[in-house]
Amino acid sequence: MDYVSSFALSLPEEILSAGAIVLMLVVAWAGDKSARVIGYVSVALLAAAAVALIGAPTSGAVGYAGAFHADTFAGFAKLLIYVSSAVAILIAPGFFETDNEPLRAEYSVLILLAAVGMGMMVSAADLLTLYVGLELNSLASYVLASFLRRDSRSAESGLKYFVLGALASGILLYGISLLYGFSGGTGFATVAQAFHGTTHGDPAYYGLLFGLVFVLAGLAFKIAAVPFHMWTPDVYEGAPTPVTAFFASAPKVAAMALTTRVAISAMGPATHDWQQIVIFCALASTILGGVAAIGQTNIKRLLAYSSINNVGFILFGLVPGTAEGASSVLFYLTIYIAMTLGSLICVLQMRTKDGLPTEQIASLAGLSRTRPGLAAAFAIFMFSLAGIPPLFGFWGKWEVFSALVAAGFWPLALIGIATSVIGAFYYLKIVKTIYFDEPAVELAPSRSLIEGVLIAIAALFVSPLGYLLIPAIELGTNAAAKSLF
Amino acid sequence: MSGFPILSIMLAVPFLGALWCLFAPGSAESRDQNARVTALAATLIDFALGIVLWVQYVPGGPRWQFVENSNLFGKFSWALGIDGIAMLLIVLSVFLMPICILASWKSITKRVPLYMATFLVTEIMMLGVFMAQDLYLFYVFFEGGLIPMYMTIGIWGGARRIYASYKFFLYTLLGSVLMLIAMLYMTQHAGTTSIPQLMAYNFTSQAQTWLWLCFFASFAVKMPMWPVHTWLPDAHVEAPTAGSVILAGVLLKLAGYGFIRFSLPMFPEASAHWMWLVFALSMIATVYTALVALVQKDMKKLIAYSSVAHMALVTFGLFAFNQQGIEGGFLVMLGHGLVSGALFLCVGVVYDRLHTREISRYGGIADNMPAYATFFLFFTMASVGLPGLSNFPGEFLSMMGTYEQSSWAAFIAVTGIITGAAYMLYLYRRIAFGPRKNADAAAMPDLEPREWLTLAPIALAVLWMGVYPESFLKPIRGDVVLLLERLHPTAPASDAALKIPHKPAAAAVAGEH
Repeated sequence: MDYVSSFALSLPEEILSAGAIVLMLVVAWAGDKSARVIGYVSVALLAAAAVALIGAPTSGAVGYAGAFHADTFAGFAKLLIYVSSAVAILIAPGFFETDNEPLRAEYSVLILLAAVGMGMMVSAADLLTLYVGLELNSLASYVLASFLRRDSRSAESGLKYFVLGALASGILLYGISLLYGFSGGTGFATVAQAFHGTTHGDPAYYGLLFGLVFVLAGLAFKIAAVPFHMWTPDVYEGAPTPVTAFFASAPKVAAMALTTRVAISAMGPATHDWQQIVIFCALASTILGGVAAIGQTNIKRLLAYSSINNVGFILFGLVPGTAEGASSVLFYLTIYIAMTLGSLICVLQMRTKDGLPTEQIASLAGLSRTRPGLAAAFAIFMFSLAGIPPLFGFWGKWEVFSALVAAGFWPLALIGIATSVIGAFYYLKIVKTIYFDEPAVELAPSRSLIEGVLIAIAALFVSPLGYLLIPAIELGTNAAAKSLF
Repeated sequence: MSGFPILSIMLAVPFLGALWCLFAPGSAESRDQNARVTALAATLIDFALGIVLWVQYVPGGPRWQFVENSNLFGKFSWALGIDGIAMLLIVLSVFLMPICILASWKSITKRVPLYMATFLVTEIMMLGVFMAQDLYLFYVFFEGGLIPMYMTIGIWGGARRIYASYKFFLYTLLGSVLMLIAMLYMTQHAGTTSIPQLMAYNFTSQAQTWLWLCFFASFAVKMPMWPVHTWLPDAHVEAPTAGSVILAGVLLKLAGYGFIRFSLPMFPEASAHWMWLVFALSMIATVYTALVALVQKDMKKLIAYSSVAHMALVTFGLFAFNQQGIEGGFLVMLGHGLVSGALFLCVGVVYDRLHTREISRYGGIADNMPAYATFFLFFTMASVGLPGLSNFPGEFLSMMGTYEQSSWAAFIAVTGIITGAAYMLYLYRRIAFGPRKNADAAAMPDLEPREWLTLAPIALAVLWMGVYPESFLKPIRGDVVLLLERLHPTAPASDAALKIPHKPAAAAVAGEH
């Protein structure tokens, strides 16, 4: 395939990279005053990239000499990534401008660059594309985590993320080198062929197996699956809240979609080997994510454990290694980003009368009296994260467990769904604080229209009205999953 | 009635009412009053529609009536429809709802709009469970009912409301999620989510065994059966009066309905296989909870334990695999719904005046509250199973069916009637008779008109059920026959030496009343 048509396949990435570079130059001259305008332009760029997905970028073609896969799976994941990135940009000014320092205009540019990296991750058809995309996303994220320069917690968060992220990248790279060494190539197809050609007892088989384990370990770090989750609570707590919202949504989608693609496209013939790893990670994540969250007093830490818990459920969808499973992963992610973005924007609204942000769960006490609308939205997100019908979060769990049962994993499904009851406990705790407790700290009224609108949209999406969207989302996820096989 | 979506409308009315309760403008006081009036109006409209259902329902007509079906959600559909069993339970629910609203008229003073909205949402969920003809629609309603009940107990409950609300939620959730996995397995194998189709589908006996257990996990908790009943006394004690009424009156019936709708027709072999388990747990419940009820110091707790004992009679009857048993079990469900609801209302009446549920704080109130004492006695007698009142026909049929199936189980079940009389009469004696030892209890005024309005309709219904139970048996007879046809090939052998043939027995029973 010639380069012109390859360029057509990666049109969204080109729009975002060119836009990011131009905006960076604008920022250099215009300074931080332009932050809001740069933000709106960035959202427009993300919208343009989303529109550009129609056509060649989702045609299913492979470009750049087999390194870049432009299929519907990547397209669907990119759509989710762009939406979450846009939300992360939109909610930033409200947070930073009321804080001790103004929003630096580079914020939106960094998110755009991270979005480019994530786009490459989900489109990767080669281990090197995967790595480059992952690093581009990670480097932007390290900076974003420490974006509040004068806040020591934010700096600590960035540093922790960087050190542990570098370690994970090292593990991943080591796995990639093993796969390369034993298969003779870095393309997913080559690796899959090598897995196909070897059997148990073959020395090359064990080499590939080690490569598989290391690659999965590296990716498990990115999706924050137990036992590679330790960074999550610290980073989520320390990072500025809009950045936490970003971390909890877009990179999760990218890394999860990437893991799905690697597991199915590159390691499909070794499904039985990675299945046990994924099963362990999934169960460990749902259990630890549920148990460890119970004692938390900081809402952002709690949501970090909640994201670990949810990643466990998403991994259950990956276990069967079927098209139905891949489809359920995307479906869960779609609902998950609405729930997690919604709840983190609610956290953004938590400000005391003097305008200082608060993250203590205790300060939510009696919220239903002082701000009933926010309280209702918060409760909807919590019940939805717990997977209680009639809220839409239930349907994500339905999709995942339906795929498991269809593939004959019903004992695992029984254990898995029983662990969701542990998680329900701490979501109930939040609802209890909001609705049952007497008001403690009165929160300031909302100052941001855009946050209110975004909360309302997310709450409507996860409300029972979301069920009406099942056929439409199903259409997308099924087409996406089919393109993997 | 074809084309007129009466079932959807019955769900939409409380929904619109709930929205108006929450979002109506005005000052705090006018919003409170508006919420009360709106909730009462919405529940009365639903009650009227429920009467229409009963009148329009054709016994012996098509099995599923008032059917609606539109494939709104892709993977499952908005499929509603009722048979006689569901119809009567719907009528019970819509009958109790306005009474609950009236009972909360004065006793709920804080956050009234939210309270009324929560109650209306509870009504939607309960009605939805009985109407749903799609597996997942059923599940959504069944589970969704947890949220409003959790809120009701947690916000307007008593001192240990937080503990009780958690316990209620997590217990029932754990049971229900296992049922979800079983449902997923069923749809994969049968290729349909339609409940009527699944009721005719034959699963392999091995699959039935564990599917039945998964459903049992959910229904046993909801029922509640010993030993997973412990959430019920806590939830009842802490819930506000109307919450207890709905909990005892309708929510406990969801499980019995689940047995009739799912466990028995969908897994007939497994039901026969596990009959011993149901009987064993019911026998323990009958003896154990009756003894526990005897020593209670709290009125609500006592009635809660009596509920567990009554529910054991339901499970005895349903798993007796004969017409008397199933019809009797169902009648006990209806009768208990009325009577225990009324008893909780009676507790609420004195609780509103004295703010305590301690039995020893009352005594001799028959002197100063004669009307109240009369009602209380009436419902106590109904609960004991006095012939002529609502619980007698059901209990009698249920025990008759059980006796036909297993004489030992029937022997134990009958002791429940005796102990039931013991703890209920003991409760009544301590509250209504004896010396007036507490001055404040002796000074309580008698029933006010609003309380008359809540108790009198139930009393009439109780009397009706006792005197002419045929009104309540006629709509379900056809459904029970169909269920028995489904169960017959695998029904367990009974230990009765003299087998009573099915059809004549039913006619004889009907003729007796």
